[in-house]
Amino acid sequence: MAMFVSKYLPMSFDRIREKLNILADAAKYDVSCSSSGGNRKNENKGLGNSHASGICHTYTEDGRCVSLLKILLTNHCIYDCLFCVSRKSNDVKRAAFTVDEVVELTMNFYRRNYIEGLFLSSGIFKNADFTMERLLLVCKKLRLEQKYNGYIHLKTIPGASDDLIKEAGLYADRMSINLEMPTEAGLKLLAPEKNHADVIKPLDFVQQNIVQFAADKKLIKHVPKFVPAGQSTQMVIGATPESDKEIMYTANAFYKNFSLKRVYYSGYVPISNDNRMPVLGTQPPLLRENRLYQTDWLMRFYGFKVQEILNDANPNLDIDIDPKLSWAIRNMQHFPVDINQADYKMILRIPGIGVMSAQKIVQARKFGKLRIDQLKKIGVAYNRARHFIRCADSPYQLKDYQGTQIKAFILAESQSKYLKTDNNQLILF
Amino acid sequence: MIYIFDGSLPGLLTAVFEWFERKPGPVNLMLTTVFQPDAFTEGFTVITNAEKADRVWAGLQKRLKKDWLRKFYCTYLSEIPDAYQHLFQFTIYIFQSAPGAQSNYGNDHVMALAKYAKSVEREKHRMEAFIRFQKTGDGMFYAAIDPDFNVLPLISNHFKNRYADQQWIIYDLKRKYGLYYDLQTVEEITVDFSADVNQKNPATILMDEKEELYAVLWKDYFKSANIVARKNTKLHIKHVPKRYWKYLTEKQPG
Repeated sequence: MAMFVSKYLPMSFDRIREKLNILADAAKYDVSCSSSGGNRKNENKGLGNSHASGICHTYTEDGRCVSLLKILLTNHCIYDCLFCVSRKSNDVKRAAFTVDEVVELTMNFYRRNYIEGLFLSSGIFKNADFTMERLLLVCKKLRLEQKYNGYIHLKTIPGASDDLIKEAGLYADRMSINLEMPTEAGLKLLAPEKNHADVIKPLDFVQQNIVQFAADKKLIKHVPKFVPAGQSTQMVIGATPESDKEIMYTANAFYKNFSLKRVYYSGYVPISNDNRMPVLGTQPPLLRENRLYQTDWLMRFYGFKVQEILNDANPNLDIDIDPKLSWAIRNMQHFPVDINQADYKMILRIPGIGVMSAQKIVQARKFGKLRIDQLKKIGVAYNRARHFIRCADSPYQLKDYQGTQIKAFILAESQSKYLKTDNNQLILF
Repeated sequence: MIYIFDGSLPGLLTAVFEWFERKPGPVNLMLTTVFQPDAFTEGFTVITNAEKADRVWAGLQKRLKKDWLRKFYCTYLSEIPDAYQHLFQFTIYIFQSAPGAQSNYGNDHVMALAKYAKSVEREKHRMEAFIRFQKTGDGMFYAAIDPDFNVLPLISNHFKNRYADQQWIIYDLKRKYGLYYDLQTVEEITVDFSADVNQKNPATILMDEKEELYAVLWKDYFKSANIVARKNTKLHIKHVPKRYWKYLTEKQPG
């Protein structure tokens, strides 16, 4: 293989290959790979367009979606953030792409339907503006010279000038800045040179521009797009000792204050021997990460307030059951819910019923009272839901079970993909 | 009673027309190719008639919005004999019920269409995701597929809009036809492959000189993007079932 290739590009190929390995490896800890929410069309007979719901072109062996070519422009960095693999003091190979190399890679991967677009981030070399200028240059070359209309997710470099950030917003579909740690205290511990204010300022600036462009669009016909797929951020989970409550309250505040499209939670993968952090070889907290995402979904799609799920009495999410079931068990006074009568909002809160099933139920019950077999066909996880619902042919039940008993029933018949040791002990009531 | 039809969409719609003309009670719809006459059930051969089919389709258009017409079409593209039967019954059900009957998810045919359509849409989406073009020496981007369902009609626009500045061919090896985009329009094509052509992977000699290079870079990238500490093979296979690996450049050895 190497021989075949080197016939054509003797000098540069091996170097490009090495760069790609280094700069893709350094970029992979950014978990966002979303390519959704864009609305760019291919109107200039160029290459590419946005797909409303995004497309995952492949999945890594760790099960994460690969939608974008996710790379750093460089992993040289003037900062020394402990949680980051590219920190100044870390002994890793360094590399930097040229602007043209990134453009070539993006175009050629896109043409073969490998990717939905480019996710470009960078270490900070020299200073924020110098770095941001180069990121901007990549975007401009793609959009203006190559007539590329595919997706671009661009990192906003904290500390870059407003002018550069605003110009970048005209070419990018999504912009993001990572909060890194859920609280200021956590961030100060691991990255003394950084603070949340540096993140908030550009997030706010971009958000104000998104609102302004949208307002202009109502009055003027031809307003250019400005970050049409919105902004997102990421927090590292498990590197510092925050509770789930602190994490989700921060997420909630950022969703509210900056209309973020997504907050990502990234279970910390140990990459340092510093004694302020989990030691090398510690398993990343995958289950906790999963529970946080479930909570995030409950907040965004299921009408839950974060305070209902996490509060002073329950500062951390249950590990053995998901947060929706957990809420239901703590609030048995709301159940059982009559499937044929209850509000859509309440049906959404039943464990075992998702958004699609809830919508189908509300439509289907207009045609007659729903029975168990119909609920199953609609897609309800009946074994879970049955403890919380009544429908046309629900069996008559003599006694009301306590929340703890229901939890035991459900745990007994479900198999968690995470719990390595089976919880097979029979709980008698 | 058995209705035998030719497997075409107009044929299926004609069958509905014939049923309403005769009202023979419960009917099984079968394909000409699989029908075996037996002594106990009466058979009726539906002769596909464009006019009758159009009338039934127009009726459906009056009663169903775009989303359900799409579900109907997707279900047809599944090419599953049971699906044809459900389409036939669903159409009769829609014509015999008050408007809005398609949202009765308690009805078997409604639910069946929703399910078939979901499978077909998923296969369509997978093709949009998993197709990998290879650039040939004459600048054509080529991909060969053999999808579970006949999804070429569903993906045509996506690829036309997206890859507007490159010529491409997507060929369905199972159904022996393909789409060809010539920078202006998409046409259906059939190719007579000679016996010694490897249709899935044409010989390297026919490829653009840089094709192998980008394939290697992409395989490298796929490896680099993985976080070994998070390995989760079950999830990986759930997202990319093994039968699709043959499409994926990044899953090829080397």
